[in-house]
This record gives sequence, structure tokens and C-alpha cells, in this order.
Amino acid sequence: MIVNEKIATDHGLKKTEFKEICNMLKRIPNITELGLFSAMWNEHCSYKSSKFYLKKLPTTGKKVIQGPGENAGIIDVDDDDAIVFKIESHNHPSFIEPFQGAATGVGGIMRDVFTMGARPIASLNSIHFGSVQNKKTKNLLRGVVRGIGSYGNCMGIPTIAGQTSFDESYNGNILVNAMTLGLVKKNKIFYSKASGINKPVIYVGSKTGRDGIHGASMASAVFDDQIEEKKPTVQVGDPFTEKLLLEACLELMADDSIISIQDMGAAGLTSSSIEMASKGKLGIELNLNKVPCRESNMTPYEIMLSESQERMLIILENGKENKAKKIFDKWNLDFAIIGKTTSTKKIEIYFDESRVVDVPIKYLADDAPEYERKWEKTKLPIKNKINKDLYKNLKIPDVLKKILSSPNICSKEWIWRQYDHTVMGDTIQKPGGDAGVVRVHGTNKAIAASVDSSAGYCFAHPLTGGKQIVCESWRNMISVGAKPIAITNCLNFGNPEKEKNMGEFVECLQGISDACKFLNYPIVSGNVSFYNETKNKGIKPTPSIGGVGLIKDYKKMINMKLKKNGNLILLIGKTEGHIDQSVFAKEILNQKKGPPPEINLFNEKNNGETLLKLINEKFIKSAHDVSAGGILVAIVKMCISGNKGININNPKNLINYYEYFFGEDQGRYLLEIEKKDLEKVKTILEKNSVYFNEFGIVQDDILEMKGKLKITIDELTRSNKNWLKEYMSN
Amino acid sequence: MNSSVIIFPGSNCDRDIAVALKKFGFKNSMIWHNDDDLPKSDIVVLPGGFSYGDHLRSGSIASKSKIIKSVIKFAKSGGLLIGICNGFQILTETELLPGVLLRNKLSEFICKNVFVKINNTENKYFKKIKKNILELHIAHNEGNYFCSNEQMKKIEDNNQIALSYCDKNGEIDENYNPNGSIKNIAGILNKEKNILGLMPHPERMIEKDLSGDDGSIFFENLIKNLK
Repeated sequence: MIVNEKIATDHGLKKTEFKEICNMLKRIPNITELGLFSAMWNEHCSYKSSKFYLKKLPTTGKKVIQGPGENAGIIDVDDDDAIVFKIESHNHPSFIEPFQGAATGVGGIMRDVFTMGARPIASLNSIHFGSVQNKKTKNLLRGVVRGIGSYGNCMGIPTIAGQTSFDESYNGNILVNAMTLGLVKKNKIFYSKASGINKPVIYVGSKTGRDGIHGASMASAVFDDQIEEKKPTVQVGDPFTEKLLLEACLELMADDSIISIQDMGAAGLTSSSIEMASKGKLGIELNLNKVPCRESNMTPYEIMLSESQERMLIILENGKENKAKKIFDKWNLDFAIIGKTTSTKKIEIYFDESRVVDVPIKYLADDAPEYERKWEKTKLPIKNKINKDLYKNLKIPDVLKKILSSPNICSKEWIWRQYDHTVMGDTIQKPGGDAGVVRVHGTNKAIAASVDSSAGYCFAHPLTGGKQIVCESWRNMISVGAKPIAITNCLNFGNPEKEKNMGEFVECLQGISDACKFLNYPIVSGNVSFYNETKNKGIKPTPSIGGVGLIKDYKKMINMKLKKNGNLILLIGKTEGHIDQSVFAKEILNQKKGPPPEINLFNEKNNGETLLKLINEKFIKSAHDVSAGGILVAIVKMCISGNKGININNPKNLINYYEYFFGEDQGRYLLEIEKKDLEKVKTILEKNSVYFNEFGIVQDDILEMKGKLKITIDELTRSNKNWLKEYMSN
Repeated sequence: MNSSVIIFPGSNCDRDIAVALKKFGFKNSMIWHNDDDLPKSDIVVLPGGFSYGDHLRSGSIASKSKIIKSVIKFAKSGGLLIGICNGFQILTETELLPGVLLRNKLSEFICKNVFVKINNTENKYFKKIKKNILELHIAHNEGNYFCSNEQMKKIEDNNQIALSYCDKNGEIDENYNPNGSIKNIAGILNKEKNILGLMPHPERMIEKDLSGDDGSIFFENLIKNLK
């Protein structure tokens, strides 16, 4: 087949890009070479629209061992220990085939983590579906949850936290973001950078099949009506093989046989071999007849572009081949020497004794296009003047129950019950809290992790929304008593070729960056998913932030369960009653206009750091940050979790009960303390200029506020817990 | 006391059970599925997980593995053998225990705490145990115990039901049956009472900071009975 412009554009390349390739090569590429270019130059692998902006993010810090650019980021968690972590999207495949799409998303992120020598210790996910009225939503949700569960459960890695949202903007484009954390000794970290010439290139894991060919290109295009036809581009996962691959790799990593290692993720053998050589400034030579294939008569093009799962590429020290082979034989995995490193700085591929690819690595990697796309600024919306008459006939208990059972606020227990969250025996905070927490096995330390996103806020004002998510992630860490260390981000956006979508990306990123800098909460890894668009309709901007924090003594961990009658609840942070973009405004009043709540980074930092002091001094019995839904929802979650009630004090200088209870002002927390500690706690808060109120007193069974509100926790629990279960069983 | 934990490809609770056994005083060895022989053991454990990827049927390939011949020999000569979760599935596949474990009633994986009532204390596992209702943790897809009427008659005649799902007061009722198991069965013994298969994971419940610590009661009692 002679390659021409039409074939190139069918591969997702722009005409100008194809011209550039021909100029560089001084000839027309053959079909296999074109396949390589299309894989390396697509948005998913090249970050061509985002690179310019990603470079501006804060990615360094005292605790950062490895920032973006490797398989995953790495942070120092004291002693000899480090945590490897990353979040990644698998949106397009999950919409086409929810079970396999989600499962392989989990598998892929786990491989990114154990490729670096770390044993995975926890997984999280952020999943977003269309409106609950949309007829596809139920099946997609069921498929995605089963897919995530089947993979994670079989691997024996606990899924400790997550986030689920429903919004009509995901009707044609669901989001599935998977995050994994692994534990590694600082002196046993493995990287993907190749070094040394004439070193054997080893292929291990599953055989290569025809599945997933062009998966990365699919992830770089918008959807149309014919998406069902793209099913063959979805990979099929086998967690059993991945479990064997994990054990085999960790066994081989125990000594110094491996020079570098890279999993075959998006764009399979192509991107793994090219990235390893590119990072090491080397060449690489592959003989595709040596690649273990599942199907007969596979062409070089298919072998190079297959995205079959559970495969790794390793560059070994000379002479270690037999030892390595023995380990992979023991675990019943394929092992093949498929090439070697060279000094040519080219990728040279042989098949049936002829050279089918001969391209300088630089052209494929460093010279991939980079665009500074046009973007449009989103103005801060003016405050929505909601007619107060809308509130008049509302009863607070009814509103509360409606919010508690609304799709985005209701308990997600139906989901996380299907994930093994206790395997490995170190889970000390399960899903449903502010963050999941696992102990660092055999130590007194624990790692907290959460994942957050606020598409509604980001859509209304990307800059503020970007800041808000980082702050919420930070608050989630604080609320369990963890010192926030670093984040990973999964940037899910629409079509970057549209100025509006590109603007959302640029400004969300600006907000994220501002907050990360201020809070000293650097970004160590992440992934960008553009083109989340179907039939010209894009998703709301949905950056997901995966936060990681350290608890030095896990006995000091906090959860949100109310503990003892008579204990006091303090509300930290100012309540102004910001209703625009709140769950109350959207779900109850059907008002969608107005700005998101403002972020005050100084207060966030100050409130959080002061709280950590209080937690360290053991004053805090339980804590929860106030987020979507406002304070009443936050306190009810504490009540449900601890099976206790609360008597709420009548607020002073109240403007309006609805705004007080359901406003979503930021930087707030609810804390439970013992009465006897009140004066000491007050002194610390005042000394640090933290704004607070006495909010109420813990009691049995009933949520009440004199003259305003009286409702049993049982009733609230039912509202909160039953909705999703019932929705899914109908 | 010496314990042995068998590792099959796909086992994933092998470390957890080893941690628990060591914590309560066992000297534990990890045994690879492809080995021929068991070391001298006071108890052998088949751990949870997805042996051989649950291919064919959960536990079926493990029941034909190399080490399993020695395990069967050990159990037939009266040695104590526990199968937890996937281990229980392996025990029914080897026919060391009667019945089968089907897909959960709702066809969903379930991970949560449950209460189980101990029905038979005339054995090394539960003799003199200080509580007869334990809060344990389940995490499985296929824990729906089923057997023929004929088998059930023998199970009951020989008092082989070890554990039944119940509420916190010990009431055994369909409402507290998480997976559809016949007669709320969570665990059974063989006729001789030296082989125990159970779906709940006592090894995940050995500290207050975890899901609870009733698993400790089980292990403490077990080692006391073995001494």
C-alpha cells in the first residue's frame, strides 16, 4: 500500500502534519511508519495541545522524587519509603464497552505503578455518567463498576475511595479515571530511560493480538454516530495475567538485572520502545518475528500498534537473560528477546528479514507537533438574583431529604460494596469518608488518598473551579489527619480545537496551578483527555484531582463518625451563604446561573494547617469538610456515619436559613471536640486567626434545631442510602 | 505451631493470612503450588484470591494442581486444613467438602462486614471459643453455598454446618443472608471436623483499626486448641 494524504488523514494526522513527516524523512513513509507517526503524534501520546500549558505547572517540591514525564510520579513519605502514583483516563473505550474499557483502565494504571518497582497498595476512581434519565446511564454505570471491580478485586489491590457524578453533559461521553498508588523503597525505583548499547530488549507478559489497534488514536478523536463500529479498538483485559506479571516483575526487580522497564500502554510496542530509546538518547532495533503473537499472519503494522494488555518491555543487563527467563517461566508468562539497543538513534524494525521501519527516534518523539491553540476566556458570571419567593414554601426537612437522595449527593455504597476495599489488610479508612486511608505495611505510617472534581464550578468559571478542586482535595487530606503531599491530575476536556473548550482547559489549569503553588501541593503526574465530545457536544470541563497525604502515626487518623453525646461541633470558616452553583440552586430551585463560590487560598491554607495542629494534639474526635450540599448535608453525613444525632445552635445574625444551611462557601470544616477542650481549642484557633462558630452538640438519633427542624437520623439515612440501590435495581 | 499457606497463581490473600498466622504465634511457611511436598505442618491454609484466574470455575484448576495431592493426603490423615473464600471453593472442587459455591444471588461482588453464628464447637477450630457470634468480613463473587438435599441431610446429620450468616444477636434469617447461601451457610466442616471451609475472611479482622477484630478471637482460640 502506497501511503498518501488520504491515508494519513484517515490515521488522524492533519494534512500539514503529514507534509511535515514527508519533509523530515525526505520521502513518503511506508504504512508501518505512518502507523508509528500517527500513534506518536496523536493528542493522547504527544500532548500536542496541552504541552505548552503543562510545562507551567508546579511540579517540584521537597517531597517530590519524580515529577511528570515518567510512568508515574513519586513522593517521599519518610524513612526509606516512597509512594508512586498516577491517575489516568479511559473515557472513550469505557463509553463503547463499559466493562472492558473500565477494567483495562484499572489494569493500565496499575502497570504504570508497578513498572516503577512499586507494589500497588490502593486504587481509586473518578467516574462520571450522563443524566440518570438517560437510558444508557444505568448500563454504563453497571458495566463500569463491574469492570473496575473485576480487575481490582482479582489483582488483590483494595479500592479505597472514589467519586461518582451524573450530569447530562456526559450523556454521550462518560468519564472513567483510575488512580493507583504503590509503595516502593527509595533505592529500588525503576525508570523507563534506556542506557547502554547492545543491551537485550525483552518482551514479557501476554501475547500480542489484534485488539486495541489504534486505541490511542481513537482517544484523540471526537465521537459520532458510528461509535459502535469502534468496538474492535477497545482492548480486552485479563487481571489474572496482570497479577502474574506484577509478581514476576517484582521478583525480577529484587536484584539489578533490569536497566529500564516500561509498560506497553497506549500505542503498545510503538510508544514503549520509542519512549525508552528517546529518554536514553539511543537507537533501538526490533525483530517482530520474535514477538509472541496470539493470532497468525499479523503484519508489522498490527504488531506495532496493537494495544493488547498486560505486556511489558524491559531492557536487561547483558548476561541476565536466563535468570530473567526462569522467573517469567515460573509465572507462566511469555518471555522473548525481541531486539537490542543501538547507537543509531533510530528505530529500525525488521520483519521476515527485511527492514520495514527506519526512522530517527527524534522525529517521532521530540519533533512531534506542539500547538499553542487559540482560546477564549470565560468571564466571571454575575451573581444570579434568585427570587427569594422561590424559597418561601420550601420546608427544610424536605429540601434536605431531596438533596441527600439526589444522584450526586446520595451514598455511593452500591458502587463501593462491589469493590474489595479491605484486601491486603491495611485499609483503615474505607470508601464513603473524606479520603481512603491505608497503612504503610508493617509501619506506623498511613497514606491517605482521595479524588475530587467539580465540573459544575469549572463550567461556570474555570479559573475558580480549578482552584476549588485542589482546595477540596487538600481539605479531604486534612479531614482525615493527613499532611497533604502532592497530587496527580486527570484533565478531561472537550475539543481543544474549539476556543471555548481550549479556554476551559487553559483557565482550569491556571486555577489548579495557582492553588497548588500556594498550598505547596505539587503535581507529580497526570494525563490529559481531550476530545470528550459527541456529535458536537462537549463535556463540562472535568479535571479530576487525586490527592495523596501522609499520616505519620496512623493512630492519629480522624474519620467523620460522630463519637459521643455531649461533644461539641465547631464550624470552621466563614458562612456567607453562597447559593449560586450549589446543589440547592440546581436540584431544588432549578437555577443554573451565577459564579461558583470564591476561593480564598490564604484561608484554606491557614484553616487546614491549624486543623492539623489540633489533630496532632488529639483534640479532634471527628471531622468532615463542608463541600457540595453545604453544612446541613455535611453534618448529616457525620450523623449517619456515627449513627448519632445533633442539636444545632440557632445561628446569630442569620440572613436566611436556606443560604446558611445550603450555601457552599469554601474553606469550611465541621469538627467534633470534647467540651472540656473547648477553651484550649478556642485559644489555638484564635491565635491562628481561624474563623469559627459553635455549631451544635452531639446527641442521640435526632437532627434538630429549635423551632426549625426535627428529623430522625434513621429517616435521613434511608433517604441517603436507598436512592442509588433502588435506581440500579429498577 | 507450624502453618503452611499454599500460593497458587492468582492467590491474593496469601500475605494477609500469613500476617495473621504469625501474629498469633504460628511459624508459617509459604508453599508454591508447583511443589510436591508439604513441610511438617500443624495446619494448612488455602488462601483467598482468584487461583488460576477463576478460569473454568472458581477453584477448579487449583483442585488439580501439583501440591493439592499432598494437601489431600495431609487432610485425609487428620491434619487441620482451612480454606478461606477461594480456598473454600477449592475445597469443594476437590470434594474434600460437599456442595458448591455459586454466583452470589444478586450477581454482584460483595465486600462488607457480616455476623456469623458458630454452630458447632466440637472441633479444633471453635472449641471453647469465647464468643459464639463473630463479626467477620466477606469479599466475594461466588459465595452462594449450594448442595443437594441428600448432601444437606448428611451435613445436618453429622453436624457439619460450621458458620451461618446471622444478625448481631445471632438470629439466622434470610434478611441477613448476603449471597443467597442455602440455610445461610457461611462455612462448613467435613464429617471428621478437621477440614473447614468458610467464605468470611477472619484474617482481615485482626485489629480494631481494620474492619474489626473478631478474627483475633478465632485465631487465638485456634492456636490455644492446638497447643
